[in-house]
Amino acid sequence: MAESVMKKRAGWRVKLEPRLDVPPAWYPPLVSLGAIVLALFLGGLLISAVGGNPLKSYAHIARASFGNIGVLSDTIVKATPIILTALACSIAFRMKLWNIGAEGQFIMGAWGASAVVLAPIVPAGASRWVFIPVMIIAGVALGAVWGFLPGYLKAKFNVNEIISTLMLNYIAIFWVNYWVFAVWTEGGFQMSPKFPDAAWLPRLADYGKQITAFRGLTTHGGLILGIIAAVVVWFVIYRSRWGYEIRLIGDNPHAAEYAGVNITRNTVYVMALSGALAGLGGMSEVAGVIHRLQTAPIAAGYGFTGIIVAWLAKLNPIVIIFVSVLFGALILAGREIQPSGIPKMIQGIILVCLIASDYLLRYRVRIVKGEEE
Amino acid sequence: MISELLSATVLIGILASGIRLATPYLYAAIGETFGQKSGVLNLGVEGQMLLGSFAAFYVAFNTGSLWLGLLAAILVGAAMGLAMAYVTVNLRAQQGISGIGFYLFGLGMSELLFQILMGTVETAQGFPKVYIPGLSDIPGIGEIFFSQNVLVYGAFLLVPLSSFVLNKTTLGLKIRAVGENPDAADSLGVSVARIRYFTIILGGALSGIAGASLSIALLNVFQQNMTSGLGFIAVALVYFGGWKPLGVLWGALLFSMVNSLQLWIQVLGIPIPSDIAVMMPYVLTILVLIASVSRVRSPSALSKPFERES
Repeated sequence: MAESVMKKRAGWRVKLEPRLDVPPAWYPPLVSLGAIVLALFLGGLLISAVGGNPLKSYAHIARASFGNIGVLSDTIVKATPIILTALACSIAFRMKLWNIGAEGQFIMGAWGASAVVLAPIVPAGASRWVFIPVMIIAGVALGAVWGFLPGYLKAKFNVNEIISTLMLNYIAIFWVNYWVFAVWTEGGFQMSPKFPDAAWLPRLADYGKQITAFRGLTTHGGLILGIIAAVVVWFVIYRSRWGYEIRLIGDNPHAAEYAGVNITRNTVYVMALSGALAGLGGMSEVAGVIHRLQTAPIAAGYGFTGIIVAWLAKLNPIVIIFVSVLFGALILAGREIQPSGIPKMIQGIILVCLIASDYLLRYRVRIVKGEEE
Repeated sequence: MISELLSATVLIGILASGIRLATPYLYAAIGETFGQKSGVLNLGVEGQMLLGSFAAFYVAFNTGSLWLGLLAAILVGAAMGLAMAYVTVNLRAQQGISGIGFYLFGLGMSELLFQILMGTVETAQGFPKVYIPGLSDIPGIGEIFFSQNVLVYGAFLLVPLSSFVLNKTTLGLKIRAVGENPDAADSLGVSVARIRYFTIILGGALSGIAGASLSIALLNVFQQNMTSGLGFIAVALVYFGGWKPLGVLWGALLFSMVNSLQLWIQVLGIPIPSDIAVMMPYVLTILVLIASVSRVRSPSALSKPFERES
């Protein structure tokens, strides 16, 4: 008796059904935007719950990162490593390889590039035209090795790449710690000596004499490396046969196998390429910003931010450039904003909301009459 | 220099602190084992630990009650678990990536709370040592195993207890069924969602205790990012241990003993590059994964969202 009354009262209800058609082009970005707004709202709630002022915090983030040309340049400096780690994640995620190890690959790339200067592989007096290309090659190579390892273990032994890349992150940190402390230390501190000028990526400020507008701007050549890499990755993914194979494996591995695509080999190649991109990011960071090998500023979480950015950009290499700038702003503001945990917390909430919002892309939410069933 | 390491006092010291340091690994990794057995990969352990660690310290510091601190850590961990469960079970999110989101959230949120509510690093009186009558008097053994604090004993008791629950009870059977073949479990009337909610919240609560064990039992201080990767190692330990609590125990002891050894090497001022030593357990974890993949199978439905076929 009571039950039948209940049924009649609950006239309308929410019904979920799998989405069979492809949603219109405007729908996914709108869902992502909604997820970010929700994340900022939830973050704001938490900030005010602990006694902070969310609007002030957000306004501060915006001012501290886009307020003038100087801080905008610093924002781009922060965005540069993120572009490369996000590209690294995007190409692996495209094949549904969960490379959580961009952090370690980035660190190893930084180590490789530093070794060129500190070992030294290139003699100290060499010109920039020798230093920079060799450092790029070394950074890319070391990053690629750090991506190849989990790729090979996955392909050959079916070792879970999430766990192996996580472990390799820590191994990379201890590896760099060892070198900066035991081998390349400067006066017992946990850092190497500063690189000679020829091993620095050129900065806008270097041209301040010729173009006064560039004075004091820290944006460096790594940005160009990042943009070139993004364009190359875009062509590989969307315009090459290899990219087609990668996308096919990611979307439907069974179909790919029937079509004769070699999944094992692609696992190794894609992980190595992913590592190479992150390694290039590490090279750009030591040669463009830090100018020495030191653990803390290199292992600053760019690999993890890259995961969020890749996801937010829906793995599109060109979109990654712009999303990276937004996250560069968030990280830059985090240096001055008090309390300093806000940017990381917001990053976390954004990522969770984004992943959860994919639900709306896979399911259609409909409100239907209860009696229909 | 090396001979200093081999004296009886130092050896006992290394083993005793090795046992003590295994505590956070055990709580976190056994919690994770429950989650993975039911098919859910929770990569947010590190974040849950950090928030639990802060909650325990803050509450214990202000109320003077360690047990209230522990309770706070359990509640905070469980709340994080609840959020994780909603995202993975109801919204069927990709678990590896959303876990990283929960990690970053816990990392930032614990830092934020620390700065707003405390500001400076304080130390507190942690759980005192409990000497087991009789056993603690045995030379050597007594100091290593029976002169620890209550959270350490709890962690080691958790190993047989969780093994029993997973292997010998109906609940354990349901958890394993849901992790191996959720469709079959579902058709037999087991609620996949309810079991997964249970294991993820339990895992969160245990991660909270793991965090508390750092801040109010082992180090007796809260610092930003004080777990420094411990939670991620806990996830790896589950693979290392082949999804068995006993296997997890060996892995936890391996990591904690190496950490302990490295701490003593620093204390004694022995010039051995400790970074290379600390690296070894991570290398070994990968090697164990390679060796065990052919022998030990992961739960079939691990990290796959469940969807009832209609």
